[in-house]
Amino acid sequence: MKTSTNELQRYDDNTRMNHWVIALLFFLAGLSGLAFFHPSLFFLSGLFGGGTWSRILHPYLGLAMFLSFLGLFLRLKHENMLNSQDKAWLDKAGEMFKGNKAAMPPVGKYNAGQKIVFWLMAGSLLVLLLTGILFWHAWFPFFPVWARRIGVLLHAFSAVVLVLTVIVHVYAAIWVKGTTRAMTRGTVTRGWAKMNHPLWHEEMTRGK
Amino acid sequence: MSSLQSLDIAQRSATTTPSPSVRTSPEVAKLIDVSSCIGCKACQVACMEWNDLRDEVGTNAGTYDNPNDLTPSSWTVMRFSEVEVKRDSTAANQETNLEWLIRKDGCMHCADPGCLKACPSPGAIVQYGNGIVDFISEHCVGCGNCVTGCPFDVPRISKKDNKAYKCSLCSDRVGVGLEPACAKACPTGAIRFGSKEDMLEHGAHRIADLKERGFAQAAVYDPQGVGGTHVMYVLQHGDQPELYHGLPANPKISPLVSLWKGVAKPLAVFAMVGAVAAGFFHYMKVGPVESKEDESEKESA
Repeated sequence: MKTSTNELQRYDDNTRMNHWVIALLFFLAGLSGLAFFHPSLFFLSGLFGGGTWSRILHPYLGLAMFLSFLGLFLRLKHENMLNSQDKAWLDKAGEMFKGNKAAMPPVGKYNAGQKIVFWLMAGSLLVLLLTGILFWHAWFPFFPVWARRIGVLLHAFSAVVLVLTVIVHVYAAIWVKGTTRAMTRGTVTRGWAKMNHPLWHEEMTRGK
Repeated sequence: MSSLQSLDIAQRSATTTPSPSVRTSPEVAKLIDVSSCIGCKACQVACMEWNDLRDEVGTNAGTYDNPNDLTPSSWTVMRFSEVEVKRDSTAANQETNLEWLIRKDGCMHCADPGCLKACPSPGAIVQYGNGIVDFISEHCVGCGNCVTGCPFDVPRISKKDNKAYKCSLCSDRVGVGLEPACAKACPTGAIRFGSKEDMLEHGAHRIADLKERGFAQAAVYDPQGVGGTHVMYVLQHGDQPELYHGLPANPKISPLVSLWKGVAKPLAVFAMVGAVAAGFFHYMKVGPVESKEDESEKESA
């Protein structure tokens, strides 16, 4: 995508499309799974053609989500390694919640909060995949009952972790204005970059 | 297999409101007297016949167990155990007897059914007012969670339709005043059916008789860890239920299932809804984070 002088390229088109495939699959796998999470949410199975269809589709949707996340994971892993600067950011995280951006130490492409979101998503998806296999009995009917009990429990637990993480992720994008265009257009404004990711802004504009 | 108008539903899976409970019906029970069982398998045949089920012809695994395990179409199986039992389990005397113990395995119809607790599909598993636990197959989504909930390893998932099956205690017969097919067919009277109260009383007579005959530890198996069961055994060696093909001594719904289903899940739902609400109010309180675009935009304009 072409960038004007006021814009900085944050994601290429492949990364953006990969992100949105994951997002769609998150909603499909998430809603079909939540249908079985608690009786108050069973009505969600109606979106997928009933309880049995939800049970049939959910593991495939989840597997597809895991695989598409793997694509994004490999693209973004290196930029999400936690380092010493992240510690300083986390110490000031309280100020961030108050909206006091000025108090935050300068960050690169991702701040510590974003990196934690990244790793929580990666970790919970891995646990969801491994535990989901334990009781996907249409394909894997041979696991002992005790393993399935642990599997069901950890699957539900990591699903909650993932849902909460996504809520934080989506909220942050809504809260910090000018963020969503990074995923809808691939570019952000220089002002946004200077304000939210000054080190990355510096890196991108050096020598220009 | 199906919901019956003639039986009142006391508990329903994945349902958070109480079931109609104005009418109460007496609890029923099946009492299986292992000490009077001759292993003829008439009960298995009667079960197949009444429920109109025919299992695949299997292979012999070296015991009389046929089929080798419970299956979606074999809801009861005679389990044959050859065991050496100390003549007197309390005495120092180490002399043993070789005994052939035959237990009719199948659903125990727990008062506190783990399958029902684990089931995520509303009304796929019900417990009638008389205590019978029944799978309502048309509501079964085939997730297999009932298997994780059961402390007795009873439900079996069909390869054909992915749905769960088990003994219904002939709820369709009991609903019209008949005894279960297995009890009707038993030639020695080892399987009895009636009110739970009567069955406990009959069991007490059997225990007294067995104790007289030298089985000092004879007992009725009605495990309280699952609130008691509506299928009970008379065991010669009531202190060692494991002798009977691994009948658990103190069955309980796994805490992995009961805690998660009982407390943790409503809390987790609350946390997820709460997170969205917290985000909403955070935004309203703090307001959005906006970046200053003016200077740079003016420059480029």
